[in-house]
Amino acid sequence: MINWRTALLPPALAIVFAMLLSSVALLISGANPLDAFATMGAQLFHGNTAVSTVNLAIVYYLAGLAAAIGFQMNVFNIGVEGQYRFAAVVAAIVGGWMQLPPVLHVVAILVVAVASGALYALLPALLKVYRGVSEVITTIMLNSIVFGIVAFLINPEQFGVLHGNNLSTEEIAPSGRIPGIPLGEAGTLFGFVVIAAALGYGYWFMLNRTRFGFELKASGESKTAAAAGGVSARKMTLAAMLISGGVAGLVAMPELLGRDYVYAMTATQGYGFTGLAVALLGRNHPAGIAFGALLWAFLDRSAVSLESIGIPSEIATIMQGTIVLSVVVAYEIVRRADLAAEQRRVGRAGNGRPASVAEGGAV
Amino acid sequence: MTEPEPVVELTGITKRFPGVVANSDVHLTVRAGEVHAVCGENGAGKSTLMKILYGMQQPDEGTISVGGEVVELRNPQDAIKAGIGMVHQHFMLADNLTVRENVLLGAEGLYGMGRKARATLAELAERTGLRVDPDTLVENLGVADRQRVEIVKVLYRGARIVILDEPTAVLVPQEVDALFETVRSMQADGYTFLFISHKLDEVRAIADEVTVIRRGTTVGTVDPKEVTSRELAEMMVGSELPSPETRESTVTDRPVLRVSDLRLDAEDSERAVLDDVSLTVRAGEIVGIAGVEGNGQTELVETIMGMRKASAGTVELASAGGDLRDITRLGTLARREAGIGYIAEDRHRHGLLLRQPLWSNRILGYQTRPPVSNGRLIDPAAARRDTERVVEEYDVRTPGVEVLAGALSGGNQQKLIVGRELSGEPVLLIAAHPTRGVDVGAQALIWEQMRAARHDGLAVLLVSADLDELIGLSDTIRVMLRGRLVSEADPATVTPTELGSAMTGAGEEAA
Repeated sequence: MINWRTALLPPALAIVFAMLLSSVALLISGANPLDAFATMGAQLFHGNTAVSTVNLAIVYYLAGLAAAIGFQMNVFNIGVEGQYRFAAVVAAIVGGWMQLPPVLHVVAILVVAVASGALYALLPALLKVYRGVSEVITTIMLNSIVFGIVAFLINPEQFGVLHGNNLSTEEIAPSGRIPGIPLGEAGTLFGFVVIAAALGYGYWFMLNRTRFGFELKASGESKTAAAAGGVSARKMTLAAMLISGGVAGLVAMPELLGRDYVYAMTATQGYGFTGLAVALLGRNHPAGIAFGALLWAFLDRSAVSLESIGIPSEIATIMQGTIVLSVVVAYEIVRRADLAAEQRRVGRAGNGRPASVAEGGAV
Repeated sequence: MTEPEPVVELTGITKRFPGVVANSDVHLTVRAGEVHAVCGENGAGKSTLMKILYGMQQPDEGTISVGGEVVELRNPQDAIKAGIGMVHQHFMLADNLTVRENVLLGAEGLYGMGRKARATLAELAERTGLRVDPDTLVENLGVADRQRVEIVKVLYRGARIVILDEPTAVLVPQEVDALFETVRSMQADGYTFLFISHKLDEVRAIADEVTVIRRGTTVGTVDPKEVTSRELAEMMVGSELPSPETRESTVTDRPVLRVSDLRLDAEDSERAVLDDVSLTVRAGEIVGIAGVEGNGQTELVETIMGMRKASAGTVELASAGGDLRDITRLGTLARREAGIGYIAEDRHRHGLLLRQPLWSNRILGYQTRPPVSNGRLIDPAAARRDTERVVEEYDVRTPGVEVLAGALSGGNQQKLIVGRELSGEPVLLIAAHPTRGVDVGAQALIWEQMRAARHDGLAVLLVSADLDELIGLSDTIRVMLRGRLVSEADPATVTPTELGSAMTGAGEEAA
């Protein structure tokens, strides 16, 4: 049963609240909020903005899924950032080096990416499970370390090549690329959108239909109750962390296999952190995460259009921040209201029938 | 003695409350210096009423007057100012602080931290019979002493009216007697007590007046000397009372669970939490484990369930063919699959996923078995259907199976758990405090279900702090003390008092 009020009201409230707050910020900076919002909306219909927004959202969606899997198990995998960058550079190197027939090549690269992402999550997972070290600390540290690893691997002395002024990995042959979906004037959509959608469905299926997903959710909600039900919290933590890392490994793939074909020192960073926000926004639900990813990508893109009419692009950042904060608050408020409503409902059901002891089983 | 003034008067209290039962038109008059008991089933509205009196909740209608003046209690601080203190059922003490620190914490403003505070504390400790060094850490105290520390805490804050919420639930009979002595001597000093309890014998032993609450409203106030426990109970539940007695014996000679020389070491030391525990439960038999809480019962149950790893010894369970199979090395899930049903002592910690719907809770522990699962995939539709069956058969009061488990009252949560654990065709049921904190109606149903299952050949290991329940249900009672099974009692002949002595070790020399 989906309770639409619970699901949709909070984000709607949060967006309205964020718009109000950024209006205040706009007014203070001397701009007209209506102009700003109109520009943000209108940009979608210029050139290829809409498609590039969706393309960016695909990347955010993968990062959001990765984070959400961790959240389900109460694991705060801040390391999505490090895991995807590590996976990207390894997959790019292996993919550039491999010579395989078309489809196989892509599959091989994706497998390498997933495996490297999981590998990079293995250390924090083991430390958490066997030594009780907080994954927050270890993954943040590994996020820093990944800078060094990328720089080292892309160095021409190792696997890198120098293109003009830019260091990058070897280019992946056409057989290892994922063709885009051409939409004419509007641009080209990443072909990876299909994989991302399948992944979203797989995530939903895993959580709601499989025993593993049930155990993951149960353990995430109450380790003790799950343990009494025969679910090992250690195993679940380990699995959640590794799967989260594996999905994180795919984050850079749409761009790598659909647009760039190389991983460069200058590749965009920060997708992992965005993923955390997107997962929060989408409340770990696959559809919610998609919505969050689209919204986030839209705001990112609109920053550019705001600058063109002389409004500081930080307004978009302010909106992103307020949306995340207010959506968390709004969900909690609606959740409590719902629980109270449910208790009332239960109370009525209880009072509707006589609470006689005889009925309770006294023979 | 002339009729004393009412010190607390609740008039027409009504609380429309997003909860299970609201209070409607409750009247309660407590006179100075009396012990006034408030009785009622769980969920009858006692706790709500006490929360209102202690300022934790505001009534929608009605007035509260303390000492003749109408007061508005917005929070516990207001209540304390009005001289009302509350000793909660679950103690609110910091284990890693000393007795003195616990008492002074948050009340430093009253007598400071120095000599004056010490003197006041000493005087109150004397008055409440707390005979421990105020510099002892609370974690080293027994339950009875902790309770006294709680009482001292509220007195220190100036309470003259003390609410005791189910104070005897955690005590053995001897400790209850000691507590009652304290209450009586404090009564003589002019303190007033509001005593909340299920246990009617105790209510009749201590109270000067009893107010009975049923389904959110006061049924009446009676003099406990003039009514029997049965009459009181019938006032509470509005009909005839169930008893836990099992009828004819159904014990067979087929062992279902055999625990041999089980040992469990404490996590951080060589001390044994379980020491050489051996017991056998046969088909159709209920074996009761009596003991003061904290003597290893929890650990025994969790070791049999595989949630803790035994340091030595074996656990064997009857397999389908009837032969005993060693399950010592199996994990919790495998043990459950082998046919153990488990009613955990703390249903919130171990029994339920409070933020999941009822049908999801039906799956917990059964995620590998039909009808809710085929081993890898969960079947939500089947889980919903089977939950509806459990709701129907076990009389879980709920509007539907999509309700979150956390929204149900304790008794209904427990009925759901019992229904779930008896649905997996278990050969052995481990029931730890199966009726703790549930109302009389649910209690009767749970007892009846356990009896019926026993009749069908189920072996039951019952751990309970409720001695009447133990004596009434068990075929054999084993007493546990400091991690060992020290003695055996025949439920047909043993009295709660004798059992109580054995539990505290007083009977050890005699045995």
